[in-house]
This record gives sequence, structure tokens and C-alpha cells, in this order.
Amino acid sequence: GSCILSFDINEVTATSRHYVDRLFDPDPQKVLQGVIDMKNAVIGNNKQKANLIVLGAVPRLLYLLQQSSSGLDLRTECAVVLGSLAMGTENNIKSLVDCHIIPALLQGLLSPELIFIEACLRCLRTVFISPVTPVQLLYTDPTVIPHLMSLLSSSQKTQEYITQIFSHCCKTSDHQTVLFNHSAVQHIAPLLISPSYKVRMQALKCFSVLAYENTQVSMTLVNVLVDGEPLSQVFVRMMQRDQPVEMQLTAAKCLTFMCRAGAIQTEESCIVLKTLPCLVRMCSKDHLLEERVDGAETLAYLIEPDVELQRIASTTDHLVAMLADYFKYPSSVSAITDIKRLDHDLKHAHELRQAAFKLYASLGSNDEDIRKKITDTENMMDRIVSGLSESSIKVRLAAVRCLHSLSRSVQQLRTSFHDHAVWKPLMKLLQNAPDDVLIMASSTLCNLLLEFSPSKEPILESGVIELLCSLTQSDSPALRINGIWALMNMAFQADQKVKVEIVGCLGTEQLFRLLSDPDNSVLMKTLGLLRNLLSTRPHIDQIMSSHGKQIMQAVTLILEAEQSIEVKEQTLCILANIADGNTAKDLIMTNDDMLQKIKYYMSHSSVKLQLAATFCISNLIWNEEDGSQERQDKLRELGFVDVLHKLSQASDPNLSDRAKTAMQQYLA
Amino acid sequence: HSAGLHYPGASVPAYSTFCCLSGDEQDLNERLKRLYPAVNEEETPLPRSWSPKDKYSYIGLSQNNLRVHYKGHGKNHKDAASVRATHPIPAACGIYYFEVKIVSKGRDGYMGIGLSAQGVNMNRLPGWDKHSYGYHGDDGHSFCSSGTGHPYGPTFTTGDVIGCCVNLINNTCFYTKNGISLGVAFTDLPPNLYPTVGLQTPGEIVDANFGQQPFVFDIEDYMSEWRAKIHGMIARFPIGDRLGEWQAVLQNMVSSYLVHHGYCATATSFARATQTMIQEDQTSIKNRQRIQKLVLAGRVGEAIEATQQLYPGLLERNPNLLFVLKCRQFVEMVNGTDSEVRCLAIRSPKSQDSYPGSPNLSPRHGASNPHLHTGGTESPTCSNGVTPLKSKNRSSIKYPSASSSASSSTSSSPSSINYSESNSSDSTKSQPRSANSTQETRWETLEKKPNIYIYILYIDSEMEIEAEHYSNGVVDGSSARIMNGTYKHEEILQPDDNSVDEECSNGRQLCGGNQAATERMIQFGRELQALNEQLCREYGKNAAHKKMLQDAFSLLAYSDPWNCPVGQQLDPTQRESLCSALNSAILESQNLPKHPPLMLALGQATACVQLMARVRSGSCSFARVDNFLH
Repeated sequence: GSCILSFDINEVTATSRHYVDRLFDPDPQKVLQGVIDMKNAVIGNNKQKANLIVLGAVPRLLYLLQQSSSGLDLRTECAVVLGSLAMGTENNIKSLVDCHIIPALLQGLLSPELIFIEACLRCLRTVFISPVTPVQLLYTDPTVIPHLMSLLSSSQKTQEYITQIFSHCCKTSDHQTVLFNHSAVQHIAPLLISPSYKVRMQALKCFSVLAYENTQVSMTLVNVLVDGEPLSQVFVRMMQRDQPVEMQLTAAKCLTFMCRAGAIQTEESCIVLKTLPCLVRMCSKDHLLEERVDGAETLAYLIEPDVELQRIASTTDHLVAMLADYFKYPSSVSAITDIKRLDHDLKHAHELRQAAFKLYASLGSNDEDIRKKITDTENMMDRIVSGLSESSIKVRLAAVRCLHSLSRSVQQLRTSFHDHAVWKPLMKLLQNAPDDVLIMASSTLCNLLLEFSPSKEPILESGVIELLCSLTQSDSPALRINGIWALMNMAFQADQKVKVEIVGCLGTEQLFRLLSDPDNSVLMKTLGLLRNLLSTRPHIDQIMSSHGKQIMQAVTLILEAEQSIEVKEQTLCILANIADGNTAKDLIMTNDDMLQKIKYYMSHSSVKLQLAATFCISNLIWNEEDGSQERQDKLRELGFVDVLHKLSQASDPNLSDRAKTAMQQYLA
Repeated sequence: HSAGLHYPGASVPAYSTFCCLSGDEQDLNERLKRLYPAVNEEETPLPRSWSPKDKYSYIGLSQNNLRVHYKGHGKNHKDAASVRATHPIPAACGIYYFEVKIVSKGRDGYMGIGLSAQGVNMNRLPGWDKHSYGYHGDDGHSFCSSGTGHPYGPTFTTGDVIGCCVNLINNTCFYTKNGISLGVAFTDLPPNLYPTVGLQTPGEIVDANFGQQPFVFDIEDYMSEWRAKIHGMIARFPIGDRLGEWQAVLQNMVSSYLVHHGYCATATSFARATQTMIQEDQTSIKNRQRIQKLVLAGRVGEAIEATQQLYPGLLERNPNLLFVLKCRQFVEMVNGTDSEVRCLAIRSPKSQDSYPGSPNLSPRHGASNPHLHTGGTESPTCSNGVTPLKSKNRSSIKYPSASSSASSSTSSSPSSINYSESNSSDSTKSQPRSANSTQETRWETLEKKPNIYIYILYIDSEMEIEAEHYSNGVVDGSSARIMNGTYKHEEILQPDDNSVDEECSNGRQLCGGNQAATERMIQFGRELQALNEQLCREYGKNAAHKKMLQDAFSLLAYSDPWNCPVGQQLDPTQRESLCSALNSAILESQNLPKHPPLMLALGQATACVQLMARVRSGSCSFARVDNFLH
């Protein structure tokens, strides 16, 4: 058998060799016939294509294509054969790109002959839509884009190929800018009403990639007229239900991106009555799995920032229930009856699940009723829990996003979250996860650690503190915030043991580092953590006895630094907590500098700071405690009574009340 | 240039509009017609308002029965009250939709919007009983023939617009709130449901919109999806083609259609291009074509003669057809187009010129026929097979006093002035025109065009070309359109040397203005009357015949028959149905199909769609035959 097989291969190579040899014939007519024969031989024959590439047909074809002496027919046929070779496997494309086919074909576009230009564009299109081709190659030569724009008026074919190239090669905001600056909008808009469906469709795709997260493009688009009609209305027409689904979906994407970029208001009817319902429809069972994924993801993006759209979407066509179907792939039926179907289902199962999680996350991000509707959906919490530990990173991320969205509900935290022990897979997810997953997971953990959350206890017991402390050392500000935030929530009304563990694990050094964090929110949460740690008298004394010196230093530093009112208020609150301790009081009383600072803030222009500082003094002079007489005397000497007297006349009722209460300590 | 295939049965009778409609009503009618084009409102009227008869007493109606308010005590659910629309939703709507605006939620907002069958208790909210379905505002639940609801949608209240859409294709229903679809609420709905609303507490007021206003929800967009779905289903319907079988059927359809109408040259070209056979031989087709042309040209006498000559016994076996033909001949005499009067009136070439090959077996009548002028009631001269019987002068027939001296049936004062003219007209028959030669020319032009479909498109242009041959270019091309499977010729076959300008109605005169012709016409009328009486004796009274005869004779009662209440008869388009009937009779006598299979298929499809409406298959709304005729 093997003998015959090798013979076959030789045979094939021999014929392929013959095709290549004919390209070198001295008679140009024979070369042309050779190229035409080659064209017929390679159509639909991947093996033949690979053979010809291996045998070096590509450089010769490119040479012939570039020679002006070749004649139009030959050059065109060469471009056609190259286009055919590009239709093969990804390896074919790689070989073609390695042979510098792109610059050669782009050069060919300068020809005056439309038929040759079209053949070159067709081949370029096939090369550029392949995922293995670096899109940057389109932008290397700055003259290419303007030339392509000018070719848009040549024929329907050039329009189709060029718009298809653009829509595949516009991957970054830089690409958007290049295309936009070369008047892509003005050139492509008229194609939306082309008689050719393919041209309309590719032009539409161009707009969707141009407008994505691009305010400049989106703002321009709303003012564009096509045949006297605003572009948004053209898109609305393309979303009509009798249009092909692909067109409806892409038009809905364009409007979604324009809306998210702020160019269209969320309450406009083209969004509420057209785009949103269209995207919900795409999620229905009637559509292909790819369309359902695309529809759900786009809808999630559309409604993400707007609670009103979330409410409307949640009541449209039973969307919440419809999404539950996304988790039923591969279905048990398909597994048995149809292998092809099973394969298809499996391929899309992950995509479907992550799309559904994303959309649930958007739907539930603001409204409590919607969250309830989601968690009431069949097996929802189980699905999230298993989603958190799926192999696909995309699904894990989407599942944790969904969980995060739902964790904003006090009711859900108390009920379904606890019932399903979601903290367990969440904790597991936090180990060695990539940053984006970690951000979502730790953020969710923050909510699970809120005092009313029944999950707080088991999480504490699972030894999460070390992990959270390590998050505070992350380079990502979001992770540092989440880490310290979680610790802050954890420390709220916590046992002394937990507090000691937090301080011990975090270390005062790290605490100081966080207090000088460039990110203000990190600083605020760290102060919050300190405040929570320094609550209830025994805890205050305990912590201050071991870390008092450092904490007082930190407080001094912050009060002396240029900081916002909020930060200083938090700091003075910490000081007030310290003043509430038994032994901790001395740390303030023996620090004249600190007392002067407190006095200064009692006369500050900000009532908030005055109030916090007065609180502090009030704690120091409180009657019922040991040594109160001495402290009262000392503070009187330092002139605090006069200040208090003055504050008791303050216009702010809280402040004057607080001052009066403090004054009463002296009278008693 | 369209082939203009149009089947008459495909158009649904229009909703009968009354002469004094207000603008609003007209708007409503137009909007409903556009939304539900397949609905025949004579059979199944659409809901237009709430019914003042079909409601509970606690319901008050106002504003043209579109506003509903609650006027009961509203203590508990026993005080619930509903109202139905005037008519059930016709299945032929396909997709039906109405909206209700909540003007005021009243005390508690216990409002239900939905559907119910005739006879369901009105002292209830929609949805609570069998064959009743509702969506309730207070809790957003749907009620499917049950006292307990299911969570369905959001609640609704003052200012909201709730829509209810019934899909009669899959028998489901969904609601909308402020233009947003809430998803399917009910499935497996029974037929003949009425739009229904129910209220339960004081102060509740709702307004209905059955199409009076534009809807908040884009129902037409939803319909377009279903139209596309059903058209797609039809387009993709598996036909189980065995190699070429389907194609052969289609080719046969086209070919038989061409043959039926006598488009001989086109049919031959088509047969050659598709390598198919024509079932009828060429001569036969041409004969029929000739006869049809005569009828369409108004030369009915000649047509009768040609029929008798080519298809002996045919008319004898179809006395009714003969009678109708004769009636038409009479009308054409009045018109001045029938050759019997034409040859008397003007110097017209005799039509027999057109039949160069056919032997002159039957006696010719016309100017050369001396018997014509005997004028007696016993005249044996009528060569068209009317058995001359004694005809009575009907007193009811009024003859135009001014136009003719032949005011009395007994009057027989033949004027001889026409002799010379008619003789000379006979002698002018020196330019034979052969239909064959035209067709051959035509064939040559067709030969050069390989695409067979062009031939089909040429069906009517062929007629134009042949017509030109007869009329030497007088034809107005636009008038030669194919309508209802026959062709509308208007003036196509008017002889070129006709000095009387018939197109100008002012210049038209009875029987071409010739007295001898008028006399001949009168005499013919008597013969016709006699024939009618004979038929009555043999086959019993025939109301249609009587009416036809009366109408024809009535023409003589007016000084200008072309502009009189019965003048419509003189319109050349009136010849078409007769032409088609004669053609069918000939084909039947040759054992060929009376109607072309194409028209049968079309008629069948149309009838099928109408039947679908009656058996409540909603998809008929989007499967209309005229959607597929271009």
C-alpha cells in the first residue's frame, strides 16, 4: 500500500511541477495558457494549492504579475490564481504573505485597468480577512488608504472588496483614526444604498467597526445624510424584520456603538423601540448560535450603563427566561442523534454561556427587581457556580461579572448567595487568576464580606486575609483598592482575633505604603480599614499598644500633608477612635503637637473637620473615665475650652450640639 | 414591458365604502385595508369599535364607542365588567393587532386587556373563563382561561399603551407595552376571538385603537417578518423533482397558454427553443386566432361565419353561445363595425380577404346580397343560421325618431343608393392580407433571439405587430395590453380606409350613418328577437338572454348610443369575454382544454388562498397569489 501511495504523491507532484514549469516558457502566449490551466487545476483543490506553493509558483506568479511587459490578460490571470491559492488553508496565506504578496498586489492597484485592479483587490481581500495576516500591513504605506478610498467609486466589485478589507483591518482606535482621517465616512456612506446586497452589507460592517468606542466617528455619523436621509434612519431600515439577519444584527451594532459613544441618547426611539428589540430578537432560539452570541453581547454592551434600558430589556420578549436556554448546549438530544450537531454545539457552548452571563450581568447591575428575576431563573445560581470553575477563562470571567452584578443586592447576599455557597468557587477563582478575573472576583468578594452577608463568616475561616493582603501589593490600582476594600469590610465589627490577624498579615510597613498610595481611593479605603480596626475600646488599646507609634506617625503625616477634606476627615475620625481608648488616649495627650493640630482643625473652615476634631476632644475629656480630670485641666490650659465655647455658638446644629456636650463634661 | 398576466379572481372584493364617509373613517378604512389586505370585509368584517350590545351593564362607552369607562361599584371581583368588539378577528388578517391606552387607572387599576369568544360571561375580567384570555394591569399577570394568573409582564397603569397581537398563523398572542413586545402570552388560541377589555374599579378609563391612530408598536415590521417567512417557505417548498419533470410541466404551461390564445408564432418559437411539441396543429391555431381577431375587431358576423365554416355544427350544438354572438353582432351593427353594415356604409374591404385559402362555401351576405333589401320579415337571407321566424315588433323598444325612417318593423323602403358603393367595395378586395405572411416575418425576427423568455414577453407585442398589419399603423401600442388572458384591442382592427373617425364620439353615427345599414340592423334585430323566442320555446326562458337582448335593443332608444346609460356595451373591451368564450368552445369541440392549464393553476391557487381564509388558516394573508404575479 505504501508503495502505491508514494507513487501517487510523485504523480501529483509531477503534474504540479509541470504547471510551474510552464510559467517559465519563453513564449508569453504559452505562459498565459499555463496560468489559465493552473487556475482551473487549483480551484477547490487544497492539495494542488499546497503543492504549487511548495514548488515555488508564488514568486514566479508575483514576478509575472508585476512585469508591465506581461500584458493585461496574463497579469490578471496571475492575480486570479494567487487569489485562488489564498482561498486554501491558513498555511497557504502565510506562505503568500511571506512572499510579499501584499505590497505587490497593492502596487498592482495603481494600474489603470479595472479588471486587473479587481483581481488584485479580490486576492487582497482574501488575504486580509484571514486571521493569520497582520492587519498592520495595510497601513505600512501611507498612500494605500487614500488610494483605496479613490477606488471606491470604480465598480461594485471594488466597493465590496475594499469595504471588506477595511472592516477586517480596523482593529484599533489608531486604525479607526487613519480611516476616519481619510474620509472613510463620506466615502462609504453612499454605499449603504448600493443596489448590491454584498456592498451594502460590507459598508455596514465598516461603520460598525469604525464607530466602536469611538466618539469622534460616532458624532460624525449622526450628522451624515445618505440620499437625504439621516444615517441612523438608514440603519433603522436595515434592522427591519424582513431584512437578512446578518444585516439586522450589524445595523443594530452600529446604533449600539453610536449610542455608547454618546452620539445618540439612550431614550431615543431608534434605540428603545428598534435597536434594543432587534438585539433581544437575536437572542431567540430561532437564530443561529453565532447570532445569538453576538446579539446577547451587543445587547449587554448597549444596556450596561443605563438602568432604564435594563428595565425595558428585562421585560422584552421574556429575555431573562430566554437566556436560560443558552446553558442547554450541547443538548442531550444532539449528543445521541447527530454527531455533526454535537460538534457544532460544543464549539459554541462556551461562547453561548459567557454571552448569557455578560447579558445577565448588564441586566442586573442596577435594578433589584431584575436581579431577583435573574436569580429566580431556573438553576441560575448553580449555573453561575459551575461557570466560575469552567475551563474557559472567558466563561469564568463572565460568570464572575454576573455574580458581581448580583452581589450588589442585599437580599441576594442574604439568601441565594449563601444557599449556594458561592464564596467557595469564588475563593478558588482568586487563586492564580489573571488580573481581569481577579478584579471582578475580588470586587465580588468585597460585597460578600459586608457585615450582613452570611458568607462573611465562612470566608474568614477560609484564610482569605493573606490573599487580600497580597492584592494590596498589586501593580493594578483596581486590585489594590479591592484588596484593601475587602479588608476594610472584613474588619468592620470584627473579632479582635481577625483584626490582629489583618494587622499582622498586612504589616505596618505595607499599611504606610498604602497611606501614601497615589490613588486617592486606595488611601481612603486604608483609612477606613484603620477606623474599623480601631473600634471598641479593648481593640483600640490592644492595637495602639503594639502599633501606636507608627499609627500616630501616619496620622501626623496625613494631617500635615496636602490632602482632601475627605481624607483629613477620615484621619480625624481615626484620631477620635484612638481618643476613645483607655490607654490609647495617652498617645494623644502626651503629644502636644497633635493637640495643636486638633485645635487647628476645630477652627477649620470645613464643618466636617471641625466636627471630627471636636469628637476627638470630646472623647479625651469624657468624665467617667480614669484621669479625665487631668486631661480636662491640661486641655483647658491649652485653650480648648474657649474654642469649645465658640463652637457651641456655631450655626451648624450638629457642631454646636457636639461642642455643648463636650462643655458639659467640664461642668459635671 | 410586462406580460401583464393578471387573473381576475386574485383580486379580493374591496370593502364597500359608503358615499358619505368622514375623513377619519376613510383613513381608518385605508389603514385597515393596508394592514389586512386579504380580509374580505363582506364576509368577515373587522373590529372597528366596542360593541354597545355585547357588554356588561357596568361598562360605559363614549367617543364613537372607542372609550370604555367603569360605572359600577367596584367592591370586589364580582363587580368586574367587560366589553367585546363589534366583530371577531378574521383569520385572513394573518397578524391582527389593536392597542389600548390607559387613560386612567381609577381606584385600583384592575384592568384586563385581551380576547374572548362570543358568549363568554361579561361580568368577568378577560382571562378568567374558558375561551377568554387577558393581561392584567395590577399584577402584570396573564390569565389563560383560568382564575389564577401566571407572571407574564410588567404592571401597567395610567399613560401606558398596551397592545395585543394575535398571530393567526401559529395561533399565539403577545402583548406590547409602550411599543415593546413582551413575548408570547398564549398559545393554541381558538378561532373567532373578539378583542375584549375588562375593568373592575371606579374611575378606570381606557381608549381603544383598532387602527384609527398609528400604533405605538411597529406591527407592520412584525408582519413583514412573517410575510418574508411565508414567502420563503413557498419559495423553498420541495417539489420532489424527478429529472426535468418540473421543467417539462412549466414548459407545457407556457406553451399551452400561448396555443390557447392563438399566439401561433410565439408558441412555435417557444416549442422550438424548448424542444417541445405543440398539441394542436398550426392550422387549427391560426383558425382560432383568425376568429378571435374578427370578434375583437367587432366583425362578429364574419366570426360566426368563419366558425360555421371551419367548425361545422359547433354553434348548432351551442345555441346559447350563438345567441350571445348574435346579440353582440347586433351591438356591433349599431356600432357600425360589423361587416354587414360596414360594407353598406363605407367602402370597406370585405373581410373575406383575410381568408385567401378558405373555400367560399357559404353564401356571402352583405351589399351584394340582393335579399337584404327585400326587408320583409320573412326574409330568408340571413346566412348566419338564424332561422328566420316571424318577429314581432316589441312595443317596449323605442326607436330613435330622428335617425331613421325605418321606424317601423314593417317598413321596407330600401334605398338603392348604396348599391354602387358596396359593389365598388367588393371590387377593392384586391389587396389580400395574409396572416401567414405576417407570422412568417415575425418568426424570422424571433429566430434571431435565442432567449426563449423573450418570446413570452413578446406575446403582446406580437399582437401589436399583427395588428399593424391590419390597421397600417393606426395602433396605439399601449392599448394592446393583455388582460385576463385575452387581449384588449380597442381600435386595432379598424380598417385603414375607414373614413369615419370612430374615435371621436361626436362623429359617430348609428350604423355608420347609413340608412341601408340601419335597415339591415333593424331587420337583424328582428331575426334576433325571433331566435330568442325560438330558444325560449326549445329550452325554456333564459333571463340572461332576455336582459342581453333588452340591453342591446335599448341602444336604439338614444340619439347618441355611445353616451347613454347602456352605452358601455359599445365599448370594444366588451368583446373580450365573448371572444374568450368562443375560443373555449372551439377548443372544447377539438377535445382540447377549455381553459389553459396556467390559468387553471392560477385560479386554483387563488381559490385555495380564499379557502384558507375560510378554514382560518392565517398564513393566507401572506400567501396571496398577486404577490407572485409581476
